[in-house]
Parts: sequence; structure tokens; C-alpha cells
Amino acid sequence: MPSNPRGVFSLIIINKAGGLIYQREFQSGLRNLSTNDYLVLAGTFHGVHAITRSITPKIPIAQPAPSTTSTGTAAPAASGYSYPNPGVPVSGLDYLETDKFRLTCFQTLTGTKFLLFTDPLTGGVDAIIQRIYELYADYVMKNPFYQIEMPVRCEAFDRHLGAWLRGRT
Amino acid sequence: MSSTKNSRIGEEIWKTRVDKVNAELVTLTYGTIVAQLCQDYDSNYHDVNKQLDKMGYNIGMRLIEDFLAKSGVGRCVNFRETADMIAKVGFKIFLNVTPTVTNWTSDNTQFSLIFEDNPLADFVELPDDGRAQDELWFSNILCGVLRGSLEMVQMQIEAHFVSDVLRGDDTTEMRVSLVRYIEDEMPPEEE
Repeated sequence: MPSNPRGVFSLIIINKAGGLIYQREFQSGLRNLSTNDYLVLAGTFHGVHAITRSITPKIPIAQPAPSTTSTGTAAPAASGYSYPNPGVPVSGLDYLETDKFRLTCFQTLTGTKFLLFTDPLTGGVDAIIQRIYELYADYVMKNPFYQIEMPVRCEAFDRHLGAWLRGRT
Repeated sequence: MSSTKNSRIGEEIWKTRVDKVNAELVTLTYGTIVAQLCQDYDSNYHDVNKQLDKMGYNIGMRLIEDFLAKSGVGRCVNFRETADMIAKVGFKIFLNVTPTVTNWTSDNTQFSLIFEDNPLADFVELPDDGRAQDELWFSNILCGVLRGSLEMVQMQIEAHFVSDVLRGDDTTEMRVSLVRYIEDEMPPEEE
């Protein structure tokens, strides 16, 4: 069996401005991209993510009672449309899947994106990402010498991330 | 409804997910910082307040990720829910206190947090130089923490203390005002 039973290939973290701040592979033999390509990938994904958010279709609101005396006979105004289920905020691209891998995107409320490349058959990806977010909160954000929004160079984060992903449950 | 839910979330995280430290360590560490600042700024308490707020701001920007990662809560739908979340989950998991949210303005953009307990201020007596009682907001770091953490989730707020039992007031009250929601990344609506 591969050395990585969880089927996690690699992780990318993108800051809220679309800059690549972390990239790591968890499996040997992956196709290597140049640093520049990773930066482009991060920026492109960031853009596509924003677009997928903005193209979320709005549907006409069922007008509750058109019997009011207002003169409105024209097409409903812009406010006559709303997202389906307006209580739930609009999210962007959540995952992208091919035959060979699955890219899951988790965007935190602060705008940071975690992109996890996994085997399409890997289960519990959400839990894995949640755990990665906790490790990030601990070993990156709580490191007083880490500068926010800058590339992550925290040895303890690397170590704990690696250990946790390798560890069996 | 969601209000009691938040209490439960806060309680649950506090019990199961938070590493605890000795309260005296926190109190003494924070007290030392404030005392040192007072010395460094030559008892210019306005500057001390400002510096505490700035330090808190930097903490808040980091702490918010821990808050979100631990609580797993989603975005609040309005500022009232935000206030409830701050009091019952935020303060609960980091300081094990639950300030009361009150004194809302009618437009729901300003509220007060009343602190019955304030672990930062245990054992503290302000200097009796005749000015500290009127000028120093001892726990001002908390204002900065709120400002920093809410800014990271796209809310610009203003926070300041309006009373403090350390000054002889009846309550310790922080006033929080929503300035605006920061539109993230989305370009302005084209029309």
C-alpha cells in the first residue's frame, strides 16, 4: 500500500488576496510544478473561485401579495430576485474532481483558502481539512513571529501536519 | 433560540477543546504588561490605552482563526447574532466569562457588553496618582481583540470602555459599534 493511507496528495494554502502562502506534497512521485506554476495556480483558482461566487444564479422571489395598490406592472426590480435559500451565504467552488484526483476547497470566514488534493476515493475530506485548519490556527497564527498573509514558514506546522497525516486513525 | 444554542456551543468547546492555564498566570502576566507600559509611557495613560488596543488588535487578527477552527460556526446573519456569538462563545472559550449583551440602539448597530467577571483585573488596584482613575482603561486590550478579530471576518467596528469597576464605577461596560461591513473581494455591483 502507498505510504499515505489517507490518500492525501498535497495541500495548498491561499491567502485572502489570492497569493500562495503554503504548498506541500505528502506523496512522492507527484508531478512537480515550478514555484511559478504554483503561484499561477493559486492566483487562477482564486479568480475562478470569485467568479463562481458571483455567477451564482438568483431566482425570482415569489411575490407574496401582488394585490397592493402600487403601480408596479413592470418586470420585478433587482430586489425581486434572490439567491435560493438566502439564509445560507453564497459560496464559491467547493470541489473539482477528475478520474484521478479530487481538489477540495475550504474557504474560512476570514478568506483564507485551503486546497486539498486527494484521491477521489478518499473519504472524510472535510474532517481532514477541518483538522488542518486547527493546526494552522495553532502553529501558524499563534506563532507570534509569523506575519499574517505572508508565506508560511513554520517548522512546527510542517511537523505536526506531516505527523498527523501520516498517523493512522 | 440561537442564543441558547450559542451558550451550549461555548460551554462545550470550553469543556472539551480548550487547554486551560492557571488564572493567576494570566492575571499576573497581563498586569505586568500594563504596569510596564505605564512605566514606559511615563504614565501617559492615553498612550497606554492606545498601545493596549493595538496589542489586542494584533491578537484578535490571529485569535479569530482559532475561534473559527474550534467552533466551526458559520457566518452570523446579522450584528445581533454577532454580539451573541462574541459574548457566549468568544469570551466563554477564551476567558471563561460570558458578558451580558445589552443597551442596543434601535438600528441594531451598537451594543454594550457588561462584564460581571473580568479575569484580567483580579487583584488590580489602579495607581492613585489622581489620573489613572480617570484616564487608564485597564482592560483596553479586549477592545483591540474584538476590533482585530471582527475585521478579519469583514466587520469594521469601534470598541471602547465606558465604565470600569476598577475606577469605582458600578459596572464594567464596553461599548461596541458597527462601522460597516467590509465588502470582500467582490467588485462593486455594476449597474
